[in-house]
Amino acid sequence: MFHAAGCASCHSAPDAVGGDKLMLSGGRRFETEFGTFIAPNISSHPEVGIGSWSAIDLANALIHGTGPEGQHYFPAFPYTSYANITAEDVVSLHAFLSTLPVSEAESVSHEVGFPFNVRRGLGGWKLLFMSSGWVVEGDLTDQQRHGRYLVEALGHCAECHTPRNGLGGMQRDLWLTGAPNPSGKGRIPGLTPDQLDWSEADIAEYLKSGFTPDYDSAGGEMVDVIENTSRLTDDDRLAIAAYLKAVPVSSTGLPSK
Amino acid sequence: MMKKFSILAAGILSVAAIGAAIAHESENPAVKARTSVMQLYSFNLGTLGGMAKGEVEYDAEAATRAANNLVVLTQIDQSAMWPAGSDNVSDPSTRALPAIWENFPDVGTKGQAMADAAVAMQAAAGQDVEALKAAMGDLGGSCSACHKAYRAPKD
Repeated sequence: MFHAAGCASCHSAPDAVGGDKLMLSGGRRFETEFGTFIAPNISSHPEVGIGSWSAIDLANALIHGTGPEGQHYFPAFPYTSYANITAEDVVSLHAFLSTLPVSEAESVSHEVGFPFNVRRGLGGWKLLFMSSGWVVEGDLTDQQRHGRYLVEALGHCAECHTPRNGLGGMQRDLWLTGAPNPSGKGRIPGLTPDQLDWSEADIAEYLKSGFTPDYDSAGGEMVDVIENTSRLTDDDRLAIAAYLKAVPVSSTGLPSK
Repeated sequence: MMKKFSILAAGILSVAAIGAAIAHESENPAVKARTSVMQLYSFNLGTLGGMAKGEVEYDAEAATRAANNLVVLTQIDQSAMWPAGSDNVSDPSTRALPAIWENFPDVGTKGQAMADAAVAMQAAAGQDVEALKAAMGDLGGSCSACHKAYRAPKD
């Protein structure tokens, strides 16, 4: 679940590779049009990390985007997606995080200018853009439902693969249809069946080894994602593929929310 | 009407021309050579990948032959295929980033990781399909490690 949610991709130290990625000292910088967000220390250090958090604190953070003192987190932390994580998984994650090494690195403040630095405003943002519930509904198989949990909640795939509006809210009616790349050049590809015509076996293999159907390999940010998805089971990866084939090609097939 | 048509046609032609320019192969024999090596990797990986995905029935001999080829490919001395001035700034037909030429030791380390993964695949390929599937992961990871650091994204 830790790997499915991709925690280490953002919260490990900037130069960490391999096993060092389990030290969640923070410090990676994410430049966006709203400012630069710097991932905090979420190791089990009791003061600079989150070692003193209860499972309830972790649930509030993941599901509501809210810290132990009630402060709103910036949505660079993908709680908009994590909102659908089950309580059972939060408890497991809480237990797992406490087994990881402790880092003493102080968290660094985000570099975000006015008005986006006013955290109270984030409460309004959440009211506008945080919708709970699944995006893809209807007649899904058990496998597709499992894939939906992995894609929509834990994997937070839509955070990059769905376009955002002017205030950074995901356009759920354009779910997984692709988006401009916030890091500048290029476009993050759409994953809907009309845009991604790979077979389910192709998708599962890509998430395991990074090989595309013509045996080129992944590049860019997806390499970090595949480092995580390669640790899932074959069943998990096939479930993701099965779900992607059930995503509507456009907004027309989506239930109104 | 005619004029409209010719503007449209010119537009289509110029788009086609741009497409051709992007897909254009390098004139540089060194770039051609290294691209060919990559294609040989990809062809042999296709044999193994087809079996890993279950698209093709597992065949221990064919898998071993493909894995042997991968090992041979990692043994090719590519030093003459990466001359100075063959990065994507000097030659738009390649996606090789200039960082390659600034980090030869790291490129070498990543290359060695791939050679090790190919040897592991050689041992796994003839064993059974489960071993083959497992070896695909490390092999793919070693390709991606270099492509992430040193290859420009597709336009």
